[in-house]
Amino acid sequence: MCGFAGYSATGLAPEMGQVLLRAMTESIAHRGPDASGVWAGPGVGLGHRRLSIVGLEDGQQPMGLDDLVLAYNGEIFNFVELRAELEAKGRKFRTGSDTEVILHLYRELGTAALDKLNGDFAFALWDGGRKRLFLARDRVGVRPLFYTERPDGFYFASEIKALLEVPGVEAELDPFALDEIFTLWAPLAPRSGFKGIAELPPGHFMLVENGHCRIERYWDFDFPDLADGYDSRSEAVLAEDVLALLDDATRIRMRADVPVGAYLSGGLDSSITAALATRHTPHRLATFSVGFESAEHDETAYQALMAEALGTDHVAVTCRNADIASVFPQVIAHTERPIVRTAPAPLFLLSGLVRDNAIKVVLTGEGADEVFAGYDLFKEDKVRRFAARQPGSARRPLLFKRLYPYLPNLQNQSADYLTAFFGVTPDLLSDPLASHRPRFRSTSAAKLFFSGDLRSTLAGYDAAAALADTLPARFARWHPQHQAQYLESRFLLPGYILSSQGDRMAMAHGVEGRFPFLDHRLMALAARLPPRLTLKGLVEKHILRQATRHLLPESIGSRTKQPYRAPDSQVFAASAEASYVGEVLAPDAIAETGLFNPQAVSRLVAKAGVTGVEGFRDNTAYVGILSTQLWHRTFARSRRTATIAAE
Amino acid sequence: MSDHIKANIRGFIIENFLFGDTSQVIEDTTSLIDNGYVDSTGVLELVFHIEQSFGIKVADSDIVPANLDSVGAIAAYVEAKQRSAAA
Repeated sequence: MCGFAGYSATGLAPEMGQVLLRAMTESIAHRGPDASGVWAGPGVGLGHRRLSIVGLEDGQQPMGLDDLVLAYNGEIFNFVELRAELEAKGRKFRTGSDTEVILHLYRELGTAALDKLNGDFAFALWDGGRKRLFLARDRVGVRPLFYTERPDGFYFASEIKALLEVPGVEAELDPFALDEIFTLWAPLAPRSGFKGIAELPPGHFMLVENGHCRIERYWDFDFPDLADGYDSRSEAVLAEDVLALLDDATRIRMRADVPVGAYLSGGLDSSITAALATRHTPHRLATFSVGFESAEHDETAYQALMAEALGTDHVAVTCRNADIASVFPQVIAHTERPIVRTAPAPLFLLSGLVRDNAIKVVLTGEGADEVFAGYDLFKEDKVRRFAARQPGSARRPLLFKRLYPYLPNLQNQSADYLTAFFGVTPDLLSDPLASHRPRFRSTSAAKLFFSGDLRSTLAGYDAAAALADTLPARFARWHPQHQAQYLESRFLLPGYILSSQGDRMAMAHGVEGRFPFLDHRLMALAARLPPRLTLKGLVEKHILRQATRHLLPESIGSRTKQPYRAPDSQVFAASAEASYVGEVLAPDAIAETGLFNPQAVSRLVAKAGVTGVEGFRDNTAYVGILSTQLWHRTFARSRRTATIAAE
Repeated sequence: MSDHIKANIRGFIIENFLFGDTSQVIEDTTSLIDNGYVDSTGVLELVFHIEQSFGIKVADSDIVPANLDSVGAIAAYVEAKQRSAAA
């Protein structure tokens, strides 16, 4: 796992190109602390920072094969099998790395090589014979890839901070991305958050040839049409298949020339991946957990129970509120975009713990909730539809209370209020975004803090409608639960879970996350399951529980999903570690950024006092505004200050 | 009387839920939930304010959108409660 950068710019001489590539890759050195390399030809260059995991001695990059040159970030987990196939066709390998497999596979299949890869990757491959750049990103968006098109050329990198090294590239927040973050929690790819800088969407590749860019999708999540094409085998047989595929997905993700560890959250998913990982390592598995000082967020007891049951070498870190406040500016420097929750911060601390224990690779349970319908949102959608089918029912809406036992204010509400809060109207039955409307609405409410200027720039922009416009025609034919799974998997998973909470937090400390649940073979199997086998009644991940119950202690296997949450505004309100908060939320700082209403923000800060604000909307607003202000200070303002100083 | 109640409630909403933002027009019938002004915590803050401002007691069974989801509905509810207390 690594980071890379590069360009296609006809006017850039190789010597100057190498200087630029060194600056670009230096800015993402945290992604690859073990080695670095650059290659520059006429008008094209690739640079690389390496985190050595596979082929420790001979996997240096950029790597060449005849007239091909590759810079690559990630892992191809089935490289052993692919290599055997390629060798059987007469291809000769000179290294033991998965990098070389991509080169040979491209030579054999061209861009169709992507269909054969089982892995988490982003890469740039220069095809000297055809004089074209081939850039690609894995199916679900585990590994990042950003680019910018400029009059003098095309530039790309694993992180945006490398693109900011390109002369003339400015750091300016894209107001429409901010609107999307304050609605959907993440910008809609290809929007990156920075004006003029785009993200190659997951499951896409790009060809840069003769000064033109062409983007093509090679993979997307897919589900059978409603009640047609579901896998009709018995539950027992399907559960066996789920376990077999998950076990194999885990097995190939244990491939590395360094020890592989695992996260243990205390929940079902990471417990399963850790349990399966112990089968595929000759060593005692190292496991890592983060706990919280606030009891409502803490799962330490379950983490310890699972570590004990598996006999792992377990290391835990307790995340104090002050720790979140302390690292939050660093977190934003790595997410490179505003966020509306603090949840990435504890994961930043956790990856630091992993690195301190000399582990570079960890398996996690990420993806299980999307693939096997684990999130509360899926249950909520089911209850909303149940209630909408009988408008005015005094009983049906009471089921909402069962979904959110950890939200005390909800427990006191009447059926009428629950109906209103969860937007239960007959219309929802025909709304393609129905499952996500309550989240979008409650997040959007924080936009009341937007400044007049920002509102006028946005001119009524509707982020949810923009998302709806990207949906494929076949979406309308799917079961509502599959529609909800698609929305969650296609947008929030890459836009927030795998990036702000995933890659960026792990790679901040040079740690690679691997996700067995996101193996595309397992996703394909799960997509064909009848929805009643994933969300059975209101029991989430039913078939996964059936398939893995023998691997886990009963108390873990039967646990209801606990959403991963971290304390929000309260961590900043009273923390001595957060002296920057007063500075960036001060009226003059808010006015300088120009994105929020200074008076309204002052009142929000006053309301937060020393205990933080209550409720979803106000916490969203507090964290969203704070992170936007930190973004501005880290990227836009500091660069402007540096430019002025240089002048 | 009704206007006085409406002005009070409108002021509370602007101050407490809109953080002083007067650019949004709150009609008598504007839904506080649909517009994202009030969430499950906000409803309880609203009830607290109504009890304190108008000297009435809001029964649990009265905490429903029909009574509390707009300025007009709240004013009508408060007036009805005051009338029944006076009777």
